[in-house]
Amino acid sequence: MPMRTPFYEIHKSLNAKIVDFHGWEMPLQYSGIIDEHANVRKNVGLFDVSHMGRFKIKGPNAYDAIQNLVTNDISKLNDGHGLYSPMCYESGGIVDDVIVYRINKEDFLLVVNASNREKDFQWVIQHSQSSKIENVSDEIALLAIQGPLARNAMQEISESNLELLRPFDLISGDIFQTDCMISRTGYTGEDGFEIFFDSSRVEIWNKIMQSASRFNIKPSGLGCRDTLRLEAGLMLYGNDMDENTTPLEVPLKWTVKLEKEFIGKMALLNGKVNRKLVGFEMLERRIARHGNEVLVDGSKAGFVTSGSFSPTLKKSIGFCFVSLQVELNQLIEIDIEGKLYKARVCSTRFYKRN
Amino acid sequence: MENDKSVVAEEFRFSKEHEWVTIREGLAVIGISDFAQKQLGDIVSIELPKIGNEYRQMQEMAIVDSIKASSDIYCPISGKVVEINEDLLEHPEWLNQSSYELGWMVKIKPSNINEFENLMTKAEYDNFVGKIK
Repeated sequence: MPMRTPFYEIHKSLNAKIVDFHGWEMPLQYSGIIDEHANVRKNVGLFDVSHMGRFKIKGPNAYDAIQNLVTNDISKLNDGHGLYSPMCYESGGIVDDVIVYRINKEDFLLVVNASNREKDFQWVIQHSQSSKIENVSDEIALLAIQGPLARNAMQEISESNLELLRPFDLISGDIFQTDCMISRTGYTGEDGFEIFFDSSRVEIWNKIMQSASRFNIKPSGLGCRDTLRLEAGLMLYGNDMDENTTPLEVPLKWTVKLEKEFIGKMALLNGKVNRKLVGFEMLERRIARHGNEVLVDGSKAGFVTSGSFSPTLKKSIGFCFVSLQVELNQLIEIDIEGKLYKARVCSTRFYKRN
Repeated sequence: MENDKSVVAEEFRFSKEHEWVTIREGLAVIGISDFAQKQLGDIVSIELPKIGNEYRQMQEMAIVDSIKASSDIYCPISGKVVEINEDLLEHPEWLNQSSYELGWMVKIKPSNINEFENLMTKAEYDNFVGKIK
């Protein structure tokens, strides 16, 4: 049985093109990927991301359990603040990339990828050191409001003073007489917020759309979520990293804190890194896709992990693995269905907001 | 986008792979159907054949990339390419906006005009895609 978020009927009524995303029936697009993408870069978009997993981890051992599960360091995390981190296997391979929020020292919220909900839940339970783990993914809806006008839009729907909310802060608040939590997070490279609230309150979608209509808010689907995150240089689990990838091979070295203990640390300390993830832009008219082979001087040197069209730059872009000696601006070739196309190595940050 | 209106004036025929053909001044003008462009979503790049290339009916001749997928375009009628829509290379979005007019892809000098008659009529094609939907 396909899974659906609480907003599925709303997506249908908006004539969204619905696609299967790891077992979830999700909106790919409403008005069109390029239109929605441009609107998030210029105004503000509303995304249903309720398919993502949310776990509560509570108890006196919760802090130690999470510190051991993630590669980043939660010791500097204050109440009401979050951080991004991979979770690794003993092998150093990545279980998932997550956001950890500290509500207080004995109460944490973990937000994980939709595709990994079950796997992560089992993994966290196995390593929870008698903490209380609760999967609240189905009880809590999650909407993302993203774009340069996200704060203006949020101010229309929330009494909370959001100006004081820094990136990765999480506060309790209310929207439309419903208790909620609001974080300043997102996956688009723009300013943005994510709102957690009771999943029975589906009418909140329409209320947000109405209240923020003067900022030209548009429903935005998974299609533009993917092109937005790619332009912003954000990795996608399952495409750019998986259980056979370590955080040291992808641009996530900054999340690996070797001065503390965590699962996978020994492997990361002792393992040899012999590939890296870089950005590329195509010099010819094709879109490279996940799995296409990358060649350097005619020899196989890696593969494409993500590829798409950048609506902002109007270029075909992507990420690929290459051997360590490959340099910025170097010319590479990408094999698309048996034909070679030229591309140039560049930074993974294709887009940076002003 | 609905582009169906322009089809009424001339006789268009359709392949099972969603290419359209119409005959103008003895040449077969070829593009992709409105149904195809809707299925593909935003089209962002295309690769067209070289002038002079010869194709058998339903041989691959072009590639269309949308954000989500790449699709082969098949030559719906045998013959030799005599003209390509160069402007379309700079404006792949025309395939979405105007699939039967601005979005024409190539002109072919047909080697067997009878093949045109064997392709689906508009009514047959509408029926065909109705079953896919």
